[in-house]
Amino acid sequence: MSVRELRQAGLAGIGSSRIRANWAGIAIAALLSLFILTPLVNVAIWAFTEVWRYPAVIPQKFGFRFWADVLSRGDVHLAMTTSLSLAAIVTALSALICLPASYAFARLNFPGRNLFFMSFLTVYAFPKFGLYITIATIFLGLGLIGNFWGVVLIQLVSTLMFMVWIPVSAFQNVDRRQEEAARDVGASQLRVFWSITLPQVLPAISAAVLLTFVNTFYETEVAWLIGAPEVRTVPLLMVRFINSELVVQYGAVLSLLLWVPSFILLMLVRRFLGAQALGRALGA
Amino acid sequence: MATLEIKKLSRLFGDTRAVDDLSLTIGDGELVCLLGPSGSGKSTVLRMIGGFEEPTAGSILIDGQDVTRVPPERRPTGMVFQSHALWAHMDVFANVAFGLKLRRLPKDEIHQRVNASLATVGLEGFGARKTTQLSGGQQQRVALARSLVLEPKILLLDEPFASLDQHLRERLREEVREIQRRVGITMVFVTHGQDEALAIADRIAVMRDGRLEQLSRPDRLYRQPQTEFVAGFVGQMNLLRGAVRSNVMTAAGIDLPVTLADGLATLALRPEDIALERRSGDRGAEVTRVTDFGTHLSIEVKTRCEHRLKIMAQPGTGWSTGMRAELSAHNFAIYRDGKLCFMPQPGSAQSSVAA
Repeated sequence: MSVRELRQAGLAGIGSSRIRANWAGIAIAALLSLFILTPLVNVAIWAFTEVWRYPAVIPQKFGFRFWADVLSRGDVHLAMTTSLSLAAIVTALSALICLPASYAFARLNFPGRNLFFMSFLTVYAFPKFGLYITIATIFLGLGLIGNFWGVVLIQLVSTLMFMVWIPVSAFQNVDRRQEEAARDVGASQLRVFWSITLPQVLPAISAAVLLTFVNTFYETEVAWLIGAPEVRTVPLLMVRFINSELVVQYGAVLSLLLWVPSFILLMLVRRFLGAQALGRALGA
Repeated sequence: MATLEIKKLSRLFGDTRAVDDLSLTIGDGELVCLLGPSGSGKSTVLRMIGGFEEPTAGSILIDGQDVTRVPPERRPTGMVFQSHALWAHMDVFANVAFGLKLRRLPKDEIHQRVNASLATVGLEGFGARKTTQLSGGQQQRVALARSLVLEPKILLLDEPFASLDQHLRERLREEVREIQRRVGITMVFVTHGQDEALAIADRIAVMRDGRLEQLSRPDRLYRQPQTEFVAGFVGQMNLLRGAVRSNVMTAAGIDLPVTLADGLATLALRPEDIALERRSGDRGAEVTRVTDFGTHLSIEVKTRCEHRLKIMAQPGTGWSTGMRAELSAHNFAIYRDGKLCFMPQPGSAQSSVAA
């Protein structure tokens, strides 16, 4: 076999393998969608089901009875309020602390800069739960266990990653020449930040805020560790419904309800920033 | 319109002297190019004039006023960056209007001035475009309009066309030259391209290692380079190490009459100042390569003592590889310790024989 034949064979091999890869890709994607969608569809059906007995393929009776039941429950109202205010407070505090910090990390040079920056990440270098157990022991001494603000505090720790890492890279990506050009035409440093820097990092910051909010809203294990039993968030309530109530519909309705906040936020971000900007902000 | 005075300017980055004791005066309405290889400090000088770098020592005066410690937003300078540095989140109009808005001008006036400025750079009606929808040349024009609209006293351009292709670069520099004449603005133009500098500058300041090597008109820079570095940097030059003995400079087998003390020296010969005469047999230098550029032939020869020289000849003179030739020079310069020390007077016939 000559070199040329070899090369042609090689090219043909690559070509056909690419086609095969496409089919394989489609198959994998289909399987994956099935895997993800089936439980979702199942949950969605259960949420609107009143009677569904084996071996029927579809429920015998649809209805909104369990929606009314769930929505009228006091513990659901309380959990919703708790979860929403928890997520809002944690996100606001996190932004307040992390955004100036990320600007400093991106732009200023100060002693111990790298050390500090790495310390934000070390939280993620170890098994998280171990760290949280340690923190929980400290919190126990401080009387923060079963306390709303204890949960706020520990949730803050887990948001650092998004709220520092993403904005830092966004600030670093702003072209310094653009800022200089703005100074050149007469803008003060503050004005440059407001008119040039901020608009360019806004998509990334929005993405970070969104991720922080959604993550805090859905976070279960840490909230349980520090907050239980007094602080009851929606996911914790759902866990209880699933574990202790025999009515499947309660859990199903609650999971659908849980989708609402993240769905609204995602739509907002998409509407104002566009999927591309969001993707870019997340480094995709 | 203004004069610019730079006095004993220095800038240290750690231990490196990016700019070293540089003094320069630029007259009203003059276009001066800062020319030098990368790392020569030319951009640092420009950034200090614009206020983006603080000088370690020295001062900068615009119209006699010391602006050395004045922040960029309060300097009467406008800067065009190499990367155009347009604000991507604003359209073309907003980019040009930003500086005027900061000055709180009435809306009508902003409109009128922005449109006039866009017209100056040949971009009428481009106001609503996004900057990302423009070509590289158009983006750089917008950057130019953004600076010009504020009517700065001095316009600073930092290799503005370096990222554009050859043709566009040539056209834009002609336009800049044209605008500069029309508006009568003082300009400092940084470039590492000697063609660019020779094409547009009233005067060229050649920089090397943070120091000013030579400041002169383009024609003088080419014909009378004052240092060996300038001789080698501007245009093509054959630099040959040799020695002077009894008023004869010998380098690469070429003998030239000079009036100099004995000692080592460097001979500088422009390719177009060397004449070739065909020789038979194995006498003279060997032609090793001939390139036809249409307007001229570029010929490389190897002398008997293995020196390689570049020579320019008329097209159609029939030179080809392997031929033998004798070299003679009309104009030349001799450098000692990097400085010009001898040049024949124009008119006096100088010629000599190659080995």
